[in-house]
Amino acid sequence: MKTLLKNCKIVNHDKVTEGNVLIDGEIIASVTAHADEKADKVIDCKGKYAVPGLIDLHVHFRDPGLEYKEDITSGAKAAVAGGVTAVCPMANTKPVNDNRIVTEYMIRKAQSDGLIDLFPIGAMTKGMEGEELTEMGDMTEGGAIGFSDDGKPVCSAEVFRRAAEYASQFGSFVISHAEDKSLAGAGVIHEGEVSAITGLKGIPSECEEVMVARDILMSKLTGAHVHICHISSKGTLELIKWAKSMGYNVTCEVTPHHFTLTEQELLTYDTNCKMNPPLRAQEDVDALIEGLRNGDIDCIVTDHAPHHPDEKAQEFDLAPFGITGLQTMLPLSLALVEKGVIDMPAFVRLTSYNPAKLIKKTDRGEIAVGKLADIAIVDPELEYVFDLTLNKSKSVNTPYMGKKLKGAALYTIKSGKVVFEFPMN
Amino acid sequence: MAYKRKDLLGMKDLTKEEILYLLETAQKFTEINERDVKKVPTLKGKTVINLFFEPSTRTRTSFEIAGKRLSADTINFTASSSSTTKGETLIDTVKNMEAMKSDIFVVRHSYSGAVKYIAEHTDAKIINAGDGLNEHPTQALLDMLTIRQSKGRLEGIEVAIIGDITHSRVARSDVWAMTKLGVNVRLFGPTTMIPKHSQVFGCRVCKSMNEAVEGADVIIMLRIQRERQGKLLIPSTKEYAKYFGLTKDKLALAKPDALVMHPGPINRGVELMSNVADGDNSGVLKQVTNGVAVRMAALYILGIGNNKGGIDENAS
Amino acid sequence: MSAKEIMNKEEMARTLNRMVFQILEAIKSEDGFCLVGIRRGGAVLAKRMADILAKEGKKDIKIGYLDITLYRDDLTSIHDYPVLQSTEIDFDITGRNIVLVDDVIYTGRTTRAALDALIDYGRPKKILLAAFIDRGHRELPIQPDFTGRTVPTSRSEIVDVQLEEQAGCDCILINKKA
Repeated sequence: MKTLLKNCKIVNHDKVTEGNVLIDGEIIASVTAHADEKADKVIDCKGKYAVPGLIDLHVHFRDPGLEYKEDITSGAKAAVAGGVTAVCPMANTKPVNDNRIVTEYMIRKAQSDGLIDLFPIGAMTKGMEGEELTEMGDMTEGGAIGFSDDGKPVCSAEVFRRAAEYASQFGSFVISHAEDKSLAGAGVIHEGEVSAITGLKGIPSECEEVMVARDILMSKLTGAHVHICHISSKGTLELIKWAKSMGYNVTCEVTPHHFTLTEQELLTYDTNCKMNPPLRAQEDVDALIEGLRNGDIDCIVTDHAPHHPDEKAQEFDLAPFGITGLQTMLPLSLALVEKGVIDMPAFVRLTSYNPAKLIKKTDRGEIAVGKLADIAIVDPELEYVFDLTLNKSKSVNTPYMGKKLKGAALYTIKSGKVVFEFPMN
Repeated sequence: MAYKRKDLLGMKDLTKEEILYLLETAQKFTEINERDVKKVPTLKGKTVINLFFEPSTRTRTSFEIAGKRLSADTINFTASSSSTTKGETLIDTVKNMEAMKSDIFVVRHSYSGAVKYIAEHTDAKIINAGDGLNEHPTQALLDMLTIRQSKGRLEGIEVAIIGDITHSRVARSDVWAMTKLGVNVRLFGPTTMIPKHSQVFGCRVCKSMNEAVEGADVIIMLRIQRERQGKLLIPSTKEYAKYFGLTKDKLALAKPDALVMHPGPINRGVELMSNVADGDNSGVLKQVTNGVAVRMAALYILGIGNNKGGIDENAS
Repeated sequence: MSAKEIMNKEEMARTLNRMVFQILEAIKSEDGFCLVGIRRGGAVLAKRMADILAKEGKKDIKIGYLDITLYRDDLTSIHDYPVLQSTEIDFDITGRNIVLVDDVIYTGRTTRAALDALIDYGRPKKILLAAFIDRGHRELPIQPDFTGRTVPTSRSEIVDVQLEEQAGCDCILINKKA
């Protein structure tokens, strides 16, 4: 089957070109096709952007074990509705993804849905207990693309060191949720002005930074690739800049909420703004935006963390950390383009090209002949209210529910198949 | 002057006028507490539930007395903050109480923001009797009432608040309210107990006990919550008493007629020495007395206010 | 709103004077009595009565002021938050004759509230009611013992007692409700 994407602005990591994309089966056959090329299906993109399907290196799909929050199918639906065609789910499922059986279960379930590709991140230690290494070789063979104890950061520098060393042997890498739990204590929001005002216990930025520093040094020690999760503070970014300038094998990611919202959101005690790391101060947001502008930050990820409404409808201290993000990544990231922080090629680098390289998936991340036809047709001008009818996740824990958003995927194409179409009315 | 809100959640969001109205009303209620028959029929038929998710004896008793003196039916409901672990959510608990046709909830909770959260989910009127580290509005009102009775005014009064500022809802409520009414507030405590971003309070943060006390009209000593902090924030109560406690010698640096206050219960010999707590400058028991009047005022204002119907101007 | 003056300053003074003498006549001198004015109008009138009595040589008449807000039966239907006035009765009312003074008696509910309030302060020997204007429409079995003037009114009218101490002039107006 052939599909022609007619009249689009094709965005790649280095340039934007106008043209028509011809897809043959699962593969991009041409990016210079004629507008009236014969095809089984023709989509007129009306001058909108065609971008490589977004690759989200950081999601929580709660499957297996906590399917009442999200499962792989609902998560995949939310992903494609946000232009995302590949995701990397974290290992904090029930049971923990610390063995090949769970890894393969996840991959197979996603394959049977056929909406997205799922590249699991395996646990770094057994049961995410921070003690014994998982069978990284076997899991890598089973399809795990990296290793992390996200949410339960490894306390022991020794364990982290050995995990990084061992993962690198199999061409894999470790992903660090950098947080010194002893410093975070019972904190629930950023330690700053708003924690002083609201009496909500604070988590200082240094809680992240001290661990980022350690993990950078572990990369230095081992030479292994260490990827720092969801960076949230100015200080973290400075450490990463230093690490990169020293030539250490360190990369990092940022979430849209961390570069968009500040601690001020917490003045209302809104549990849908409770996440870890917490929303920080304006200067941190400014620094993260600068990091996106100048390329110090490698990619944008969602940290999509669905929680049931009953779990968020609690006292602030008791509500779990995390917000959903798959359907808001696109509008919030495109807002950076609108503001002139980044251009469209940079957007593609941050959301697809760089992530693909990080997880060594050379078949994607670009709209080029021979690559997988994972494409999102994006309209940055489309305005809509993000409501329950649009929301595809099982959960609704996002501060953007009911809010007006700008920018969306009109079509999401996965391996040549249209898997999502924006409901126009 | 009026107070048109459904709830009394904190001092931070109130206007100066609202705070003054509460204070004026409370002042009027002090008279009732001096009578032989300490009861008025004002809230007859209203049900006030003291919903305490955190142990408290004095605040709950004060509210209970206040409710009874206004002829309301007051019921105490003590629940564990961890009742959610038993399966019932906070809101379910509140909705159940509301379904019994309760008019006012006086709520104490160990988590900041929890009382506001309840207020947003019920039509009943809510009085915050202390939420986590956030606010304790009736304490701020009784503090200000006591200061005003003692000093005749609030504007320009020098108030030192000393102790664990970070973990004190009393300090927060006092700061928000007093700064609105023109009180000059200064803060002092161990560095481990002063928020890093204390500039949001708009108060002077002192470097030493002497600086904090010097020239003060009022000294509010906060209770050290030993059971809450463990030993991490201060090495010992002995050391705390030495550097942060109010002794007679330290008090001598304040104005001669300085008023010493404490939200209670006092750790004698720790933050407040006995000869100061029991001395001529102590307003501690006056605070307790005023507490009842303040809580009567709060219950009265919320209890009668339903903003319906017109006044019969000639209701003689 | 149309206003009709039904009493001027002079008429008011004369009437109050007469009421004082009626009270003196009614209460045997050896028993004595105290005045308690209901805030706000009755309190002013009670004070004036005390002044008249002082001129008559009765300088030791005790006077108190009563705020009945907390005793009203219509608190929850009041559209705005009433400002509490203070009650000042700094003598023991037990065993005494009390003359309760109010400016206008209408439904009788204020008097009912005042009686409740007063009784919370002690057990007077006797309570008498002096109302400067009786405008009728009683809803409770309460009648004044001393009346300044009886004024027939309709329910749609408002009797506005203006007093020098509060309004800057002495007069009594009848207004139509807007």
